[in-house]
Amino acid sequence: MTQISNYIIPCIVIIMIVHGLFKGVNVFSEFTDGAKDGFKIVLNILPSLVALIFSIELLKVSGALETVCSLLSPVSSFLGIPEEVTPLTILSPISGSGSLGMFESILKDHGPDSFIGRCASVMMGSTETTFYTMTVYYGSVGVKKTRHTLPSALCADFASFIFSPKIVKLFFYQ
Amino acid sequence: MNYIWPLMIIFSFICAIFSGNMDAMSNAVIESGTNAVALAIKLLGIICLWNGLIKVAEKSGLTASLAKLLSPVLKLLFPELKDQEAKQAISMNITANILGLDNAATPLGLKAMKRLNEISDDKQKADDNMVRFVVINTASIHILSTTVAILRSEHLSKAPAEIIIPSLLTSGISLCCGLLMTTVLKKVFK
Repeated sequence: MTQISNYIIPCIVIIMIVHGLFKGVNVFSEFTDGAKDGFKIVLNILPSLVALIFSIELLKVSGALETVCSLLSPVSSFLGIPEEVTPLTILSPISGSGSLGMFESILKDHGPDSFIGRCASVMMGSTETTFYTMTVYYGSVGVKKTRHTLPSALCADFASFIFSPKIVKLFFYQ
Repeated sequence: MNYIWPLMIIFSFICAIFSGNMDAMSNAVIESGTNAVALAIKLLGIICLWNGLIKVAEKSGLTASLAKLLSPVLKLLFPELKDQEAKQAISMNITANILGLDNAATPLGLKAMKRLNEISDDKQKADDNMVRFVVINTASIHILSTTVAILRSEHLSKAPAEIIIPSLLTSGISLCCGLLMTTVLKKVFK
């Protein structure tokens, strides 16, 4: 399986380049031309990225995340989310590296093939770092008013947290 | 974000007072800027590389063929979107997402955002198409989340990839919820 996924990216690159050559595109100069735009994009993202990383670091080191987790654990157990996975539900929308670290420690403590390990895997596989994605996407074009993006995206995250344990149960324990 | 951001900071400060983590917090204030720049530099390389590749694919007409292939999906997701260039960029992004190519999906998505912003009336405000597009990208629709599978096999799972179908199902449900919310809420948030 990992063998196949190792092939995907190189194959796509090759297809893009060879197709370009085949159609008579000046591959190298078009490439560098396009790459130049990358600078502008990253420059646009940087201010909001600094703001986001700043607030997330503070949440992590101040113990605020742990506080929220312990406050929310009755709610999550009511929703059928295992207690051990609750921190993941709070971390995964806001911090990619944080949730990855949490995921690893869950795998280490409970094993990847346990109910908890499987729940955590499905959650990780079905959510993205919502705040980060929003920051980068909107930051790159300078959109300030994001309207209903955050509520909708969080709703999607919430759905995946609720349904992960249910679907895992349905799949592996019926 | 104008309310959530200050709230995150103030809440952290209050928690730090009670938990006695003020020294760690003080360090974080100093270091987080550096961390953000480090992340931006990492992104810079990836974004430049994929932007270059996209440019080649655009010139050769590869993106246009892909957009044609995905046009039924796009019609379903973005019924009001007519702009061809935006459709092409969105198709590239969705393809990268489905294949689980996180590194490629972001630059491709940013390209689509740029075009969506160009054709929208108010440059400072997200229009319905942009909201939809970002929500799709936050829902993660991978066939195989490589990171998850790799970590599972590192922790000696008997079947690292067994979570593919449950994950896909869950992503599907969550994407539907997200999209439903965009439709319901678009009248509320003008």
